[in-house]
Amino acid sequence: MEAHAAHPAAAPGPRAGIRLPGAGAGLGRGTVLLYLSVIVLLPLAAVASKAFENGLDAFWTAVTAPQAVAALELTVIASLIVVAINAIFGTIIAWILVRDEFPGKPIVNAVIDLPFALPTIVAGLTLLALYGNDSPIGIDVFVSRVGVVMALLFVTLPFVVRAVQPLLLEMDREMEAAAASLGARGFTIFRRIIFPNLLPGLAAGVALAFARALGEFGSLALIGIAFKTEVASVYIRSLVESGNEAGAAAVSVVLLGASLLLLASITLIQRWSSRHERGGDTGLLVMPPSGEDFTKEKEPDDE
Amino acid sequence: MRNARNSRRRSVKVGLPAALLALLIAVFAAGCGSSDDSTTDAGSGSGGSLSVVGYSTPESVYQEALEPGFEATPNGSGVSFSNSFGASGDQSRAVVAGQSASVVHFAQAGDMERLVEEGGLVAKDWTANKYKGIAQNSVVVITVRKGNPEGIKSFDDVLTKDVEVVTPNPFSSGAARWNIMAVYGNAINQGKSPDEALADVKTLLEKAVVQPGSARDALAAFTQGEGDVLLGYENEAIKAIDEGEDVEYVIPPSTIQIETPIAVTTDAPEPAAQDFLDYIWSDAGQEIWAENGYRPVNQKLVDPKQFPTPKDLFTIDQFGGWGTVNDEFFDDETGSVAKIEGELGVSTTG
Amino acid sequence: MSSSRPSRWGLRILGIGYLTALLLAPLVMIFFKTFEDGIAPPIDAITSPDGLHALKLTLLMVIVAVPLNTLFGVGCALLLVRHKWKGNAIIDGIINLPFAISPVVIGLALFLLYGTNGWFGPALAEAGIKILFSVPGMLLASIFVSLPFVVREVVPVLQEIGTDQEQAASTLGANSWQTFWRITLPAIRWGVAYGMVLTTARVLGEFGAVTIVSGSISGETQTLPLFVAKQFEQFNFAGAYGASLLLALLALSALLAMNLLKGKEA
Repeated sequence: MEAHAAHPAAAPGPRAGIRLPGAGAGLGRGTVLLYLSVIVLLPLAAVASKAFENGLDAFWTAVTAPQAVAALELTVIASLIVVAINAIFGTIIAWILVRDEFPGKPIVNAVIDLPFALPTIVAGLTLLALYGNDSPIGIDVFVSRVGVVMALLFVTLPFVVRAVQPLLLEMDREMEAAAASLGARGFTIFRRIIFPNLLPGLAAGVALAFARALGEFGSLALIGIAFKTEVASVYIRSLVESGNEAGAAAVSVVLLGASLLLLASITLIQRWSSRHERGGDTGLLVMPPSGEDFTKEKEPDDE
Repeated sequence: MRNARNSRRRSVKVGLPAALLALLIAVFAAGCGSSDDSTTDAGSGSGGSLSVVGYSTPESVYQEALEPGFEATPNGSGVSFSNSFGASGDQSRAVVAGQSASVVHFAQAGDMERLVEEGGLVAKDWTANKYKGIAQNSVVVITVRKGNPEGIKSFDDVLTKDVEVVTPNPFSSGAARWNIMAVYGNAINQGKSPDEALADVKTLLEKAVVQPGSARDALAAFTQGEGDVLLGYENEAIKAIDEGEDVEYVIPPSTIQIETPIAVTTDAPEPAAQDFLDYIWSDAGQEIWAENGYRPVNQKLVDPKQFPTPKDLFTIDQFGGWGTVNDEFFDDETGSVAKIEGELGVSTTG
Repeated sequence: MSSSRPSRWGLRILGIGYLTALLLAPLVMIFFKTFEDGIAPPIDAITSPDGLHALKLTLLMVIVAVPLNTLFGVGCALLLVRHKWKGNAIIDGIINLPFAISPVVIGLALFLLYGTNGWFGPALAEAGIKILFSVPGMLLASIFVSLPFVVREVVPVLQEIGTDQEQAASTLGANSWQTFWRITLPAIRWGVAYGMVLTTARVLGEFGAVTIVSGSISGETQTLPLFVAKQFEQFNFAGAYGASLLLALLALSALLAMNLLKGKEA
């Protein structure tokens, strides 16, 4: 706003204003903030307020209740396992999408986004059908912690793939060629040259996937009825339905805190990685899914 | 130049925010007048919109049989229904929290009394009728895997054998409370002391591998492979078998009679709501319940082959009725079962 | 870097195998399970009054939430990219919150605001406005969860295209609306379109928040995803899978649109 005020009608253009220069942006900004407040901030404030409504002790009791602890533990551990697995497989898939050519590649590339498009309840239902006790292929694991991991793998896969793909694309192949000519073999090249360059994107993708996994609900709703498979979101829902809103709010605050930390770390990662210019100098977060096509490598001259 | 750009963005900025605000207000305004859809014009038997709020298991009975059946009668022509079913305790709380309801059908009387006490949503005299406000009955049975591999015949078998139990959480589900009182009563009627009976309850809950939110959730968990033994309504066991699940059920020799309360709410559209209740109590309605595995309250319609009577069938009245029982056993903080659940690390307010 | 044939095949098998087991097989499963007992049962379920109502309600969510968030998204993107302001990072942070918050928490939040004991509950009740257990609450939930997509897609595009054309248009005498309509909007249209598709997919699939705020009242507040869950609970598998298939087809259309739009921004 100050910037505009410093430039009053300097060079009168075709519509030099009767209006104050800053007013338009100010009004727009005000509306945006109002919209965000009503839709996002107010609800979150209500949760935070409710969590501590009866004081810090009540909050602590709710959060350390055995069932709460079990749910949070399962959520965190499962999410960690899931992002580790998807970090590996996601990179592999990104690799074959960028560096490899095979029939059906466009279809594979398209399918990666399926978890973004498919309703989570449908995902849960079909994973249950495929890997539950009616499984046509005899794999009955879904109603268990393994099932929790599977469902989370499903919903978080695209995050890693789409975070790594652009970095693979932009990578300078000359370094790899140089390393190869010096006698380094495939995996060494990957370890020493490629992987460090992927790290920022991978880290951001992993953090995003982790945040997503922490809050996942729909795909776990059908199996989340046992202690063994009750994740934090399912536990929160049962608390809400039983009328224990303060307890639900308390556990929610814990989840929120973790997610906010992750978001903050993603921002830091992306700022630190100057290579990744898509965010530009506005410092804004850039996350998958993105509208760019990451299967076609650019020529080395393009930048 | 800068001003030109500013002014372009300015009017865009005015236009877009205005549209945005208008739409946002419209979203909230849509809430006006959509309240109390259950109290739309209810002419004499010629229409009206009834909201049925019920516990988890009878959903399909209402939607597929009772409601169409009622609509086919003269009193029911033109009546439309909306339905919400879930764990009894949760549903009761939802109605108190503002969910609209014309006819409420819960799993235990305490959930009905909550509506009387908190907000006067149901009249105090809801039991002042022929069937004392009970829609249908059932009994607590033990559902096992087909072939009854563990050889379960009574609650004592469940308590003494090495089996994993599925029973809902008593603090969200009405069915769960029946289960617990069945085990408790089973002990008392064998001559055990109240403390010993509570010890039995604790044993049961210790064996619980899952405590889902509602009776229906418990059935789903069991059929998906959880546990060896499911405690619950006879009608749920019958439903599971009808659906082709590989289970069978055992009626224990000593068990409790489940009585599910039903009532109209104070602001329900009349006479449609009361007519519906009367239909549920009519022979036609009771037959529908029987066909779906529920025991009719009208004793004449109970087929002893389909619904055998256990040797020792007791009721909640033996323990003082749900008012007393809920306070003594299931109060969130002081109830004896709450204490047991607390010791086992299970959420009671949840 | 040329990888050896075995390692290339190894990676392919690992990657595609993983995708098949995790994504493709379940997708195919929906088709099989839906028609397991014939064509009639799922179609009956979906065309039942409750099924149709669920479909209508889901579409209503889309029709309201998508334009709202698109308007917001475009306006906000313009604001963030074309006007430097200290607080932009904060706005950006808030916009990203819906990505990180569990839908269940969102449902709880709305409950706390608009429930009978909530912040606005009593006032709203007196005014006869019903938010929870009714459509507006579900709309608010849908808007919350799908908020960021359009902003995020439009921001990079706005950055890339720069202000040259817009400035040129102004000096040639175009007024604000004309410049926006004729220059800016066409330039960002693929970003907007892509964002709208993502928003739509997200609204279609929303489950957790809507479950909590709606009471899942069949025939009134049950969207298609809620319908799926309820049908499953009732052992009406045909209905559950049928509705899932419908949702999956909508999702695949969204997927198709996403992929057609990709790369058009360039």
